[in-house]
Amino acid sequence: MTDMPEGLKTLLEDFQFADRSERIDMLIEYADRFQEVPERIATRPFPEEHHVQKCESEAYVWAEDLPDGTLKFHFAVENPQGLSAKAWAVIMDETLSGQPLEAVAETPGDSVFTVFGKDVSMGKGMGLMGITDLVTTYARQRLKARQRA
Amino acid sequence: MSDIAERGYARPDVLVSTDWVAAHLNDPNIRIVESNEDQLLYPSGHIPGAVQVDWAADLNDPLRRDYLNRDGFEKLMSRIGATRDTDIVFYGDKSNWWATYAFWVFQLFGHTNAKVMDGGRLKWEKEGRPLTREVPSYPATTYVASDRDDTRIRIFRDEVLKKLGGGTRLVDVRSPQEYSGERTHMPEYPQEGVLRGGHIPGAKSVPWARAANPEDGTFKSAAELKAIYEEEQGLNPANDIIAYCRIGERSSHTWFVLSYLLGYPNVRNYDGSWTEWGNSVNVPVER
Repeated sequence: MTDMPEGLKTLLEDFQFADRSERIDMLIEYADRFQEVPERIATRPFPEEHHVQKCESEAYVWAEDLPDGTLKFHFAVENPQGLSAKAWAVIMDETLSGQPLEAVAETPGDSVFTVFGKDVSMGKGMGLMGITDLVTTYARQRLKARQRA
Repeated sequence: MSDIAERGYARPDVLVSTDWVAAHLNDPNIRIVESNEDQLLYPSGHIPGAVQVDWAADLNDPLRRDYLNRDGFEKLMSRIGATRDTDIVFYGDKSNWWATYAFWVFQLFGHTNAKVMDGGRLKWEKEGRPLTREVPSYPATTYVASDRDDTRIRIFRDEVLKKLGGGTRLVDVRSPQEYSGERTHMPEYPQEGVLRGGHIPGAKSVPWARAANPEDGTFKSAAELKAIYEEEQGLNPANDIIAYCRIGERSSHTWFVLSYLLGYPNVRNYDGSWTEWGNSVNVPVER
Protein backbone atom coordinates (compact mmCIF):
# COMPACT_ATOMS: atom_id res chain seq x y z
CA MET A 1 0.00 0.00 0.00
CA THR A 2 1.37 3.41 -1.01
CA ASP A 3 0.73 6.49 1.08
CA MET A 4 -1.22 9.36 -0.36
CA PRO A 5 0.89 12.25 -1.72
CA GLU A 6 2.66 14.27 0.98
CA GLY A 7 1.10 17.57 -0.13
CA LEU A 8 -2.39 16.18 0.23
CA LYS A 9 -1.54 14.69 3.62
CA THR A 10 -0.33 18.09 4.88
CA LEU A 11 -3.39 19.83 3.45
CA LEU A 12 -5.74 17.37 5.12
CA GLU A 13 -3.98 17.96 8.45
CA ASP A 14 -4.41 21.72 8.00
CA PHE A 15 -8.12 21.34 7.33
CA GLN A 16 -8.65 18.80 10.07
CA PHE A 17 -7.91 21.39 12.74
CA ALA A 18 -9.47 24.40 11.01
CA ASP A 19 -12.66 25.86 12.40
CA ARG A 20 -15.58 26.54 10.11
CA SER A 21 -14.63 30.10 9.28
CA GLU A 22 -10.95 29.28 8.64
CA ARG A 23 -12.04 26.39 6.46
CA ILE A 24 -14.26 28.62 4.36
CA ASP A 25 -11.57 31.30 3.98
CA MET A 26 -9.04 28.70 2.87
CA LEU A 27 -11.47 27.15 0.40
CA ILE A 28 -12.33 30.50 -1.15
CA GLU A 29 -8.62 31.19 -1.62
CA TYR A 30 -8.34 27.89 -3.47
CA ALA A 31 -11.42 28.64 -5.58
CA ASP A 32 -10.01 32.05 -6.50
CA ARG A 33 -6.97 30.31 -8.00
CA PHE A 34 -9.08 28.15 -10.33
CA GLN A 35 -7.91 28.12 -13.93
CA GLU A 36 -9.96 26.42 -16.58
CA VAL A 37 -8.53 23.65 -18.73
CA PRO A 38 -6.30 25.25 -21.44
CA GLU A 39 -7.50 25.15 -25.04
CA ARG A 40 -4.56 22.98 -26.04
CA ILE A 41 -6.10 20.23 -23.86
CA ALA A 42 -9.80 20.69 -24.55
CA THR A 43 -12.36 23.07 -26.02
CA ARG A 44 -16.15 23.21 -25.76
CA PRO A 45 -18.23 21.17 -26.14
CA PHE A 46 -16.28 19.07 -23.68
CA PRO A 47 -16.42 15.35 -24.36
CA GLU A 48 -18.70 13.28 -22.16
CA GLU A 49 -15.95 10.85 -21.12
CA HIS A 50 -14.35 13.68 -19.12
CA HIS A 51 -17.61 14.65 -17.43
CA VAL A 52 -17.81 13.96 -13.69
CA GLN A 53 -20.85 11.85 -12.97
CA LYS A 54 -23.22 13.01 -10.22
CA CYS A 55 -21.60 16.46 -10.07
CA GLU A 56 -24.27 19.16 -10.25
CA SER A 57 -21.57 21.74 -10.94
CA GLU A 58 -20.93 20.20 -14.36
CA ALA A 59 -17.29 19.43 -13.69
CA TYR A 60 -14.87 17.89 -16.19
CA VAL A 61 -11.44 16.37 -15.57
CA TRP A 62 -8.51 15.73 -17.92
CA ALA A 63 -5.13 14.11 -17.26
CA GLU A 64 -2.14 15.28 -19.28
CA ASP A 65 0.87 12.96 -19.49
CA LEU A 66 4.07 14.62 -18.34
CA PRO A 67 7.53 13.55 -19.56
CA ASP A 68 8.43 12.08 -16.16
CA GLY A 69 5.50 9.66 -16.33
CA THR A 70 3.31 11.57 -13.90
CA LEU A 71 0.05 13.39 -14.71
CA LYS A 72 -0.99 17.04 -14.75
CA PHE A 73 -4.71 17.36 -13.98
CA HIS A 74 -6.91 19.95 -15.66
CA PHE A 75 -10.49 20.86 -14.83
CA ALA A 76 -13.51 22.72 -16.07
CA VAL A 77 -16.52 23.70 -13.94
CA GLU A 78 -19.41 24.82 -16.11
CA ASN A 79 -21.71 25.97 -13.31
CA PRO A 80 -20.68 29.55 -12.42
CA GLN A 81 -21.91 28.86 -8.87
CA GLY A 82 -19.80 25.72 -8.58
CA LEU A 83 -17.39 27.31 -6.15
CA SER A 84 -16.79 24.21 -4.06
CA ALA A 85 -16.07 22.23 -7.20
CA LYS A 86 -13.55 24.88 -8.26
CA ALA A 87 -11.86 24.85 -4.84
CA TRP A 88 -11.68 21.08 -4.88
CA ALA A 89 -10.32 21.05 -8.43
CA VAL A 90 -7.49 23.41 -7.39
CA ILE A 91 -6.73 21.22 -4.36
CA MET A 92 -6.62 18.13 -6.56
CA ASP A 93 -4.31 19.88 -9.04
CA GLU A 94 -1.96 21.39 -6.47
CA THR A 95 -1.60 18.23 -4.39
CA LEU A 96 -1.82 15.45 -7.01
CA SER A 97 -0.43 16.79 -10.31
CA GLY A 98 3.15 15.59 -10.84
CA GLN A 99 2.92 13.08 -7.97
CA PRO A 100 3.69 9.36 -8.29
CA LEU A 101 0.73 7.62 -9.87
CA GLU A 102 0.66 4.97 -7.15
CA ALA A 103 0.16 7.68 -4.54
CA VAL A 104 -2.47 9.53 -6.61
CA ALA A 105 -4.41 6.29 -6.99
CA GLU A 106 -4.51 5.99 -3.18
CA THR A 107 -6.26 9.33 -2.63
CA PRO A 108 -8.96 8.53 -0.08
CA GLY A 109 -12.49 9.30 -1.20
CA ASP A 110 -13.43 10.67 2.21
CA SER A 111 -10.78 13.41 2.01
CA VAL A 112 -13.65 15.56 0.67
CA PHE A 113 -15.21 15.50 4.14
CA THR A 114 -11.96 16.32 5.91
CA VAL A 115 -11.66 19.42 3.75
CA PHE A 116 -15.28 20.54 3.51
CA GLY A 117 -16.44 19.32 6.92
CA LYS A 118 -19.33 17.10 7.76
CA ASP A 119 -21.86 19.78 6.90
CA VAL A 120 -21.40 19.21 3.20
CA SER A 121 -24.70 18.02 1.74
CA MET A 122 -25.10 14.62 0.13
CA GLY A 123 -25.49 16.06 -3.37
CA LYS A 124 -22.42 18.23 -3.12
CA GLY A 125 -20.37 15.50 -1.46
CA MET A 126 -21.22 13.06 -4.22
CA GLY A 127 -20.17 15.54 -6.89
CA LEU A 128 -16.86 16.34 -5.20
CA MET A 129 -16.12 12.66 -4.64
CA GLY A 130 -16.87 12.16 -8.33
CA ILE A 131 -14.05 14.56 -9.20
CA THR A 132 -11.65 12.57 -7.02
CA ASP A 133 -12.90 9.32 -8.54
CA LEU A 134 -12.05 10.52 -12.04
CA VAL A 135 -8.59 11.74 -10.97
CA THR A 136 -7.74 8.42 -9.31
CA THR A 137 -9.24 6.50 -12.24
CA TYR A 138 -6.86 8.25 -14.65
CA ALA A 139 -3.91 7.38 -12.39
CA ARG A 140 -4.98 3.73 -12.21
CA GLN A 141 -5.48 3.55 -15.97
CA ARG A 142 -1.92 4.80 -16.58
CA LEU A 143 -0.54 2.34 -14.01
CA LYS A 144 -2.33 -0.56 -15.71
CA ALA A 145 -1.11 0.54 -19.13
CA ARG A 146 2.42 0.72 -17.71
CA GLN A 147 2.13 -2.81 -16.31
CA ARG A 148 0.89 -4.15 -19.66
CA ALA A 149 3.74 -2.46 -21.59
CA MET B 1 -40.20 34.42 -17.55
CA SER B 2 -43.26 36.63 -17.27
CA ASP B 3 -43.91 39.00 -14.39
CA ILE B 4 -44.73 37.27 -11.13
CA ALA B 5 -48.19 38.86 -11.03
CA GLU B 6 -49.06 37.34 -14.41
CA ARG B 7 -48.23 33.75 -13.54
CA GLY B 8 -51.48 32.90 -11.81
CA TYR B 9 -50.07 32.08 -8.38
CA ALA B 10 -52.38 31.80 -5.39
CA ARG B 11 -50.03 33.95 -3.29
CA PRO B 12 -47.97 36.12 -5.65
CA ASP B 13 -47.09 38.34 -2.68
CA VAL B 14 -44.58 35.76 -1.38
CA LEU B 15 -42.37 36.16 -4.43
CA VAL B 16 -40.34 39.22 -5.34
CA SER B 17 -38.32 39.82 -8.48
CA THR B 18 -34.62 40.64 -8.71
CA ASP B 19 -35.68 44.14 -9.86
CA TRP B 20 -37.71 44.57 -6.68
CA VAL B 21 -34.78 43.46 -4.50
CA ALA B 22 -32.41 45.79 -6.36
CA ALA B 23 -34.78 48.66 -5.60
CA HIS B 24 -34.97 47.75 -1.88
CA LEU B 25 -31.30 47.19 -1.05
CA ASN B 26 -31.30 50.06 1.43
CA ASP B 27 -34.82 49.59 2.77
CA PRO B 28 -34.54 49.33 6.58
CA ASN B 29 -37.73 47.26 6.76
CA ILE B 30 -36.27 44.59 4.50
CA ARG B 31 -33.65 42.06 5.49
CA ILE B 32 -32.22 40.09 2.60
CA VAL B 33 -31.15 36.60 3.66
CA GLU B 34 -29.02 34.25 1.60
CA SER B 35 -29.28 30.50 2.27
CA ASN B 36 -27.25 28.10 0.18
CA GLU B 37 -26.21 24.53 -0.10
CA ASP B 38 -22.67 25.62 -0.99
CA GLN B 39 -21.12 27.19 2.10
CA LEU B 40 -18.57 29.06 -0.04
CA LEU B 41 -21.06 31.08 -2.06
CA TYR B 42 -22.09 33.75 0.43
CA PRO B 43 -18.54 34.62 1.59
CA SER B 44 -17.35 34.69 -2.03
CA GLY B 45 -19.93 37.34 -2.97
CA HIS B 46 -23.53 38.15 -2.07
CA ILE B 47 -26.19 40.78 -2.67
CA PRO B 48 -25.06 44.00 -0.95
CA GLY B 49 -26.55 44.14 2.53
CA ALA B 50 -27.58 40.49 2.58
CA VAL B 51 -26.91 38.35 5.65
CA GLN B 52 -26.35 34.63 5.62
CA VAL B 53 -28.50 32.05 7.35
CA ASP B 54 -26.78 28.71 7.11
CA TRP B 55 -28.93 25.59 7.02
CA ALA B 56 -26.56 23.58 9.18
CA ALA B 57 -24.99 26.13 11.51
CA ASP B 58 -28.02 28.37 12.08
CA LEU B 59 -31.15 26.31 11.54
CA ASN B 60 -30.26 22.88 12.92
CA ASP B 61 -29.96 22.05 16.60
CA PRO B 62 -26.31 21.10 17.13
CA LEU B 63 -27.15 18.11 19.32
CA ARG B 64 -30.61 16.70 18.63
CA ARG B 65 -31.91 16.00 15.16
CA ASP B 66 -34.24 18.96 15.22
CA TYR B 67 -34.40 22.63 14.36
CA LEU B 68 -33.41 25.49 16.56
CA ASN B 69 -35.77 26.21 19.44
CA ARG B 70 -37.56 29.44 20.24
CA ASP B 71 -34.57 30.82 22.13
CA GLY B 72 -32.27 29.98 19.22
CA PHE B 73 -34.63 31.61 16.73
CA GLU B 74 -34.81 34.77 18.82
CA LYS B 75 -31.01 34.92 18.92
CA LEU B 76 -30.80 34.33 15.17
CA MET B 77 -33.27 37.13 14.44
CA SER B 78 -31.44 39.43 16.83
CA ARG B 79 -28.14 38.66 15.07
CA ILE B 80 -29.52 39.54 11.65
CA GLY B 81 -31.15 42.67 13.05
CA ALA B 82 -34.74 41.66 12.34
CA THR B 83 -37.89 42.45 14.26
CA ARG B 84 -41.29 40.82 13.87
CA ASP B 85 -42.15 43.59 11.42
CA THR B 86 -39.11 43.08 9.21
CA ASP B 87 -39.81 41.61 5.79
CA ILE B 88 -37.37 38.78 5.27
CA VAL B 89 -36.48 38.14 1.63
CA PHE B 90 -34.79 34.79 1.10
CA TYR B 91 -32.66 33.84 -1.86
CA GLY B 92 -30.04 31.21 -2.54
CA ASP B 93 -28.46 28.69 -4.86
CA LYS B 94 -30.04 25.66 -6.52
CA SER B 95 -33.23 27.40 -7.69
CA ASN B 96 -33.87 28.60 -4.14
CA TRP B 97 -33.93 25.07 -2.75
CA TRP B 98 -32.18 26.15 0.48
CA ALA B 99 -33.93 29.50 0.57
CA THR B 100 -37.30 27.76 0.73
CA TYR B 101 -35.92 25.46 3.43
CA ALA B 102 -35.00 28.51 5.54
CA PHE B 103 -38.40 30.05 4.68
CA TRP B 104 -40.09 26.87 5.97
CA VAL B 105 -38.14 26.90 9.24
CA PHE B 106 -39.05 30.58 9.72
CA GLN B 107 -42.71 29.65 9.29
CA LEU B 108 -42.42 27.15 12.16
CA PHE B 109 -41.98 30.28 14.30
CA GLY B 110 -44.73 32.18 12.52
CA HIS B 111 -42.55 34.84 10.87
CA THR B 112 -45.04 35.41 8.08
CA ASN B 113 -43.37 38.59 6.80
CA ALA B 114 -41.32 36.44 4.48
CA LYS B 115 -40.73 36.32 0.75
CA VAL B 116 -38.52 34.54 -1.74
CA MET B 117 -36.57 36.26 -4.52
CA ASP B 118 -37.65 34.48 -7.70
CA GLY B 119 -34.67 32.94 -9.49
CA GLY B 120 -32.37 33.21 -6.49
CA ARG B 121 -28.62 33.67 -6.88
CA LEU B 122 -28.56 32.28 -10.38
CA LYS B 123 -30.87 34.93 -11.83
CA TRP B 124 -29.21 37.75 -9.90
CA GLU B 125 -25.78 36.70 -11.18
CA LYS B 126 -26.96 36.09 -14.74
CA GLU B 127 -28.35 39.62 -14.83
CA GLY B 128 -24.92 40.94 -13.91
CA ARG B 129 -26.14 42.55 -10.72
CA PRO B 130 -23.65 43.56 -8.01
CA LEU B 131 -22.18 41.14 -5.49
CA THR B 132 -19.95 42.02 -2.57
CA ARG B 133 -17.74 40.19 -0.09
CA GLU B 134 -18.45 42.78 2.57
CA VAL B 135 -20.40 41.19 5.41
CA PRO B 136 -22.91 43.70 6.80
CA SER B 137 -23.57 44.22 10.45
CA TYR B 138 -26.92 45.37 11.80
CA PRO B 139 -27.76 46.56 15.30
CA ALA B 140 -29.00 43.65 17.39
CA THR B 141 -32.73 43.59 17.95
CA THR B 142 -34.92 42.16 20.65
CA TYR B 143 -37.08 39.62 18.90
CA VAL B 144 -39.81 37.84 20.80
CA ALA B 145 -40.70 34.72 18.86
CA SER B 146 -43.80 32.60 19.01
CA ASP B 147 -43.36 29.05 20.23
CA ARG B 148 -42.36 26.74 17.43
CA ASP B 149 -45.47 25.17 15.94
CA ASP B 150 -44.65 21.68 14.68
CA THR B 151 -48.24 20.77 13.87
CA ARG B 152 -49.27 22.91 10.93
CA ILE B 153 -46.56 22.50 8.29
CA ARG B 154 -44.39 19.75 9.80
CA ILE B 155 -45.13 16.07 10.33
CA PHE B 156 -43.34 13.31 12.21
CA ARG B 157 -42.82 9.66 11.31
CA ASP B 158 -45.47 8.15 13.60
CA GLU B 159 -48.11 10.46 12.17
CA VAL B 160 -47.05 9.54 8.64
CA LEU B 161 -47.34 5.85 9.56
CA LYS B 162 -50.89 6.35 10.84
CA LYS B 163 -51.87 8.03 7.60
CA LEU B 164 -50.65 5.24 5.32
CA GLY B 165 -53.45 3.67 3.35
CA GLY B 166 -55.80 6.58 4.05
CA GLY B 167 -56.56 9.54 1.87
CA THR B 168 -53.29 11.37 2.49
CA ARG B 169 -51.16 11.90 -0.61
CA LEU B 170 -47.41 11.46 -0.30
CA VAL B 171 -45.05 13.26 -2.66
CA ASP B 172 -41.50 11.94 -2.85
CA VAL B 173 -39.40 14.78 -4.26
CA ARG B 174 -36.06 12.93 -4.46
CA SER B 175 -34.39 11.81 -7.65
CA PRO B 176 -35.88 8.84 -9.51
CA GLN B 177 -32.84 6.76 -8.46
CA GLU B 178 -33.49 7.48 -4.79
CA TYR B 179 -37.22 6.81 -5.21
CA SER B 180 -36.57 3.43 -6.82
CA GLY B 181 -34.06 2.47 -4.15
CA GLU B 182 -31.18 2.25 -6.60
CA ARG B 183 -29.31 4.96 -4.68
CA THR B 184 -29.45 5.42 -0.93
CA HIS B 185 -26.52 7.52 0.23
CA MET B 186 -22.95 8.41 -0.46
CA PRO B 187 -20.37 5.78 0.25
CA GLU B 188 -18.10 6.89 3.11
CA TYR B 189 -20.73 9.35 4.30
CA PRO B 190 -22.56 7.53 7.06
CA GLN B 191 -24.13 10.70 8.51
CA GLU B 192 -26.90 10.57 5.98
CA GLY B 193 -26.71 6.84 5.40
CA VAL B 194 -29.78 4.66 5.16
CA LEU B 195 -30.12 0.92 5.50
CA ARG B 196 -33.00 0.44 3.08
CA GLY B 197 -33.69 2.01 -0.30
CA GLY B 198 -37.09 2.71 -1.82
CA HIS B 199 -39.97 4.97 -0.92
CA ILE B 200 -42.90 5.25 1.47
CA PRO B 201 -45.75 3.08 0.15
CA GLY B 202 -48.11 5.00 -2.08
CA ALA B 203 -45.79 7.98 -2.57
CA LYS B 204 -45.68 9.55 -6.02
CA SER B 205 -42.35 10.57 -7.47
CA VAL B 206 -42.19 14.24 -8.39
CA PRO B 207 -38.56 15.45 -8.23
CA TRP B 208 -38.54 18.91 -6.64
CA ALA B 209 -36.62 20.63 -9.43
CA ARG B 210 -39.46 20.10 -11.90
CA ALA B 211 -41.10 23.15 -10.35
CA ALA B 212 -38.27 25.46 -11.42
CA ASN B 213 -36.95 26.68 -14.74
CA PRO B 214 -33.37 25.41 -14.92
CA GLU B 215 -32.06 28.27 -17.06
CA ASP B 216 -32.72 31.00 -14.49
CA GLY B 217 -34.01 29.24 -11.35
CA THR B 218 -37.42 30.96 -11.48
CA PHE B 219 -40.57 29.14 -10.51
CA LYS B 220 -42.74 27.76 -13.27
CA SER B 221 -46.12 29.40 -13.83
CA ALA B 222 -49.20 28.18 -11.99
CA ALA B 223 -50.47 26.58 -15.21
CA GLU B 224 -47.22 24.66 -15.65
CA LEU B 225 -47.23 23.62 -11.99
CA LYS B 226 -50.83 22.44 -12.21
CA ALA B 227 -49.91 20.36 -15.26
CA ILE B 228 -47.33 18.54 -13.13
CA TYR B 229 -49.07 18.21 -9.77
CA GLU B 230 -52.74 18.12 -10.78
CA GLU B 231 -53.02 16.76 -14.32
CA GLU B 232 -50.09 14.36 -14.09
CA GLN B 233 -50.19 13.37 -10.41
CA GLY B 234 -53.88 13.90 -9.67
CA LEU B 235 -53.40 16.14 -6.64
CA ASN B 236 -55.95 18.79 -5.77
CA PRO B 237 -56.20 21.54 -3.17
CA ALA B 238 -58.54 19.46 -1.00
CA ASN B 239 -55.87 16.80 -0.45
CA ASP B 240 -53.98 16.26 2.77
CA ILE B 241 -50.41 16.22 1.39
CA ILE B 242 -47.05 15.18 2.83
CA ALA B 243 -43.85 16.00 0.98
CA TYR B 244 -40.57 14.32 1.86
CA CYS B 245 -37.05 13.84 0.52
CA ARG B 246 -33.90 12.72 2.36
CA ILE B 247 -33.59 15.19 5.23
CA GLY B 248 -36.47 17.56 4.51
CA GLU B 249 -34.75 20.30 2.52
CA ARG B 250 -35.74 19.52 -1.07
CA SER B 251 -39.27 18.83 0.13
CA SER B 252 -39.39 22.38 1.56
CA HIS B 253 -39.21 23.62 -2.03
CA THR B 254 -42.19 21.46 -3.02
CA TRP B 255 -44.02 22.47 0.17
CA PHE B 256 -43.51 26.12 -0.82
CA VAL B 257 -44.73 25.52 -4.37
CA LEU B 258 -47.85 23.63 -3.32
CA SER B 259 -48.70 25.88 -0.36
CA TYR B 260 -48.04 29.33 -1.77
CA LEU B 261 -47.89 29.14 -5.55
CA LEU B 262 -50.81 26.74 -5.92
CA GLY B 263 -52.51 27.67 -2.64
CA TYR B 264 -52.99 24.19 -1.19
CA PRO B 265 -53.99 24.62 2.48
CA ASN B 266 -52.91 21.23 3.87
CA VAL B 267 -49.33 20.50 2.94
CA ARG B 268 -46.79 19.31 5.48
CA ASN B 269 -43.10 18.61 5.24
CA TYR B 270 -41.90 15.30 6.70
CA ASP B 271 -38.37 16.42 7.53
CA GLY B 272 -37.41 13.06 9.06
CA SER B 273 -37.75 11.95 5.45
CA TRP B 274 -35.89 8.99 4.01
CA THR B 275 -32.94 9.14 6.41
CA GLU B 276 -35.43 8.36 9.17
CA TRP B 277 -37.87 6.13 7.30
CA GLY B 278 -35.19 4.06 5.56
CA ASN B 279 -33.49 3.36 8.89
CA SER B 280 -36.65 2.64 10.88
CA VAL B 281 -37.37 -0.90 12.00
CA ASN B 282 -40.55 -2.55 10.76
CA VAL B 283 -41.96 0.28 8.68
CA PRO B 284 -43.29 -0.59 5.22
CA VAL B 285 -41.12 0.20 2.23
CA GLU B 286 -42.03 0.07 -1.44
CA ARG B 287 -39.72 -0.19 -4.43
